[in-house]
Amino acid sequence: MTELNAFRNETRDWLEANCPQSMRTPMSQGDVVWGGRKVEFKDPDQKIWMDRMGEKGWTCPTWPKEYGGGGLNFEENKVLQEELMRIKARPALNSFGIWMLGPALLEYGTEEQKMEHIPKIVRGEIRWCQGYSEPGSGSDLASLKTKAEDQGKEYLINGQKVWTSYADECDMIFTLVRTGPLEPKHEGISFLLIDMDQEGVTTKPIKLISGKSPFCETFFDNATAPKENLVGGLNKGWSVAKRLLQFERNMIAGMGFGSAASGSSKKSDVKPTSGLATMAKRYVGEKEDKLNDSGLRNKIIDHDMNSQAFALTLRRAAEESKKSNQGPSAASSIFKYYGTEHNKLRYEIMLEAMGTKALGWDGAEFGPEELAITREWLRTKANSIEGGTSEVQLNVISKRVLELPQ
Amino acid sequence: MSLVLNEEQSYLKDTARDFAKNKTPVSHFRGVRDSENPECFDREIWKEMASLGWSGILIPEEYGGSDFGVAGIGVIFEELGRTLTPSPMFSTAVVCAGLIKKAGNDDQKKEYLTKIASGDITLAFALEESSRHSPMNIETTAKKDGDSFIINGQKTFVLDGGFADFLIIAADTGKGTSLFITNKDAKGIDIKVTPMVDSRNAANISFKDLKLSSSELIGEENGSDQIIEEVLDISRSVISAEMFGGIQEAFDVTLNYLKERDQFGAKIGSFQALQHRAAIMFSEIELCKSCVLESLTSFDEGSNDIPRLASLAKAKIGEVFHLVSNEAVQMHGGIGVTDEYDIGFYLKRARVAEQIFGNVQFHKDRYAELTGY
Repeated sequence: MTELNAFRNETRDWLEANCPQSMRTPMSQGDVVWGGRKVEFKDPDQKIWMDRMGEKGWTCPTWPKEYGGGGLNFEENKVLQEELMRIKARPALNSFGIWMLGPALLEYGTEEQKMEHIPKIVRGEIRWCQGYSEPGSGSDLASLKTKAEDQGKEYLINGQKVWTSYADECDMIFTLVRTGPLEPKHEGISFLLIDMDQEGVTTKPIKLISGKSPFCETFFDNATAPKENLVGGLNKGWSVAKRLLQFERNMIAGMGFGSAASGSSKKSDVKPTSGLATMAKRYVGEKEDKLNDSGLRNKIIDHDMNSQAFALTLRRAAEESKKSNQGPSAASSIFKYYGTEHNKLRYEIMLEAMGTKALGWDGAEFGPEELAITREWLRTKANSIEGGTSEVQLNVISKRVLELPQ
Repeated sequence: MSLVLNEEQSYLKDTARDFAKNKTPVSHFRGVRDSENPECFDREIWKEMASLGWSGILIPEEYGGSDFGVAGIGVIFEELGRTLTPSPMFSTAVVCAGLIKKAGNDDQKKEYLTKIASGDITLAFALEESSRHSPMNIETTAKKDGDSFIINGQKTFVLDGGFADFLIIAADTGKGTSLFITNKDAKGIDIKVTPMVDSRNAANISFKDLKLSSSELIGEENGSDQIIEEVLDISRSVISAEMFGGIQEAFDVTLNYLKERDQFGAKIGSFQALQHRAAIMFSEIELCKSCVLESLTSFDEGSNDIPRLASLAKAKIGEVFHLVSNEAVQMHGGIGVTDEYDIGFYLKRARVAEQIFGNVQFHKDRYAELTGY
């Protein structure tokens, strides 16, 4: 315990000295730092904060030190997260490299691949995107057709990916390609790392119902990748892909939970509050201390209780996997399904509370927060589609966890 | 609070699981029901449970208990809930032991807690007065008369009230609620057994000029409202654990049925219409597990969110037991509605247990009030 206390003190001192004051303020979606070759910092402090945290390895606190990570254990990382939360520090760096590719590379990558790619993820030097879905391969991902042909020293890649998040701002793409056209569909797929900075790769943004374009189409027209960029072995990409999808699903499931996801178990004197109810009161008013719309109030109660139950379950899964030292607990299979459906419901409740105030598209008559909620509401509709639809998640639970017959 | 069991709790859970499997499988419950024993439990089994120390888990060591805590007794109830084990343990060793432990004086603790721990007496808590839980509206009165109290009023849904040796009565003493303990045979007590749909006994009990001495007052006169709330929260949490056991068993039994039953030339569990419903139930059950554990351990580890966590557990588990017991019957098809098959027992128990110390809506409302809306 005393060691952990010492670590807490060191961490606190280091953060005090190294986290710029401006990085301790609330951020909007536009303030997220993704890193990469094309990164543009809105504020020079963002770069300072990212570089310092990256140097320390604390952008990826639990990854091994030899690849640039922080090398922290479970308890130390908990302390770090608590200290970051205490000073309300913004995340220094977000990326698909951190959430998805890195964890998969640590499990499946060769020593050379880890040495080459992990430190650049930690320091935010390379921004990665994911090339999985294709126009004809959505839920049935394994039917993908983008092919990579063996040209001796390199692969020649042709085909098209879709729903590649932020592809137009990324440097590299981890891609599922068909390398065994004659093999059964799951057994002819490889996991390939492709540099996007070449003529054979082009991207085109897709405009969503929210008006924004977080996704692109990505085209491969005689693109190339060196052979050492194949991860997990020839035609063995499906295992890597599945593992990585688990990381992705956990990431999407945690959206909208923020600090609740860490589910602090500490005694606190803070009176419990409800973000939804506080917001709803502003729009519908109160009567005898209760929200002045009993139907809406009931929906908020359900949602709040489920938020707490879900946050507790995230914490329980972490405690269980720590205790058993095995992989993810059975509980984690529900995270993607439950988390995304729950988040969609949250926005529907906000819309109900705000009435027409939540249905503005533009203009100064609406508050900026109101306009943002409208767009975010539309964006949540993709949560239960991307990374495996809710229906696919329920299939996975039925077959893998409940072992129901095929 | 910890969301994984410690060694002691795991041991208690394993012991209870073995006991339930070997001594009180669902066939035991069915046997008790069919025997038309009005007590609705088996005295021999109750003795064995007490000899395992279970009736003394919430009782301090100086009164013959083990003081293993709420989570300790909770995990036992979870296992007993799986097989619908009928016993007076909830009313006696959780509710009434809790009231005496928190409110009683040393003499009363010596008198009653030691006998609860040894399994020699059973008790029932006469609290409810209407068909929906409303612990703050007590109309039963206790009027001071010299060194005595005269009690008048009517109670309903008194769990185990038909046959318990002693009753603890919540009565209005003018400026608050007071607790009294009395032998069930005292003059002025009229007990009408109300056999319930889950084949457990409860009772309507009326008091007409029941005269009790001040030594039968538990705790301060007018001073028990807070204690009742505290014990109710423990009881809500423990009954949630029992219900959670029932949820898991009903779900497991149904899952097995989906894997065995053939229709249209296939196992019905291969149909996506059933698979997705099963997967949704599984998700809800995982949430329930976290709520129950967090609530149970909140008492032992000292949380300042105890009431909210108890309401979270009781509401969430109540709702999911509703869902799972309904789906379990539906997915079993015709045999699900036969008396010969056990699955209907879970449906019946689900509804009665949901009413114990507040139904789903009661606890949703309480959760919101405690959260400031």
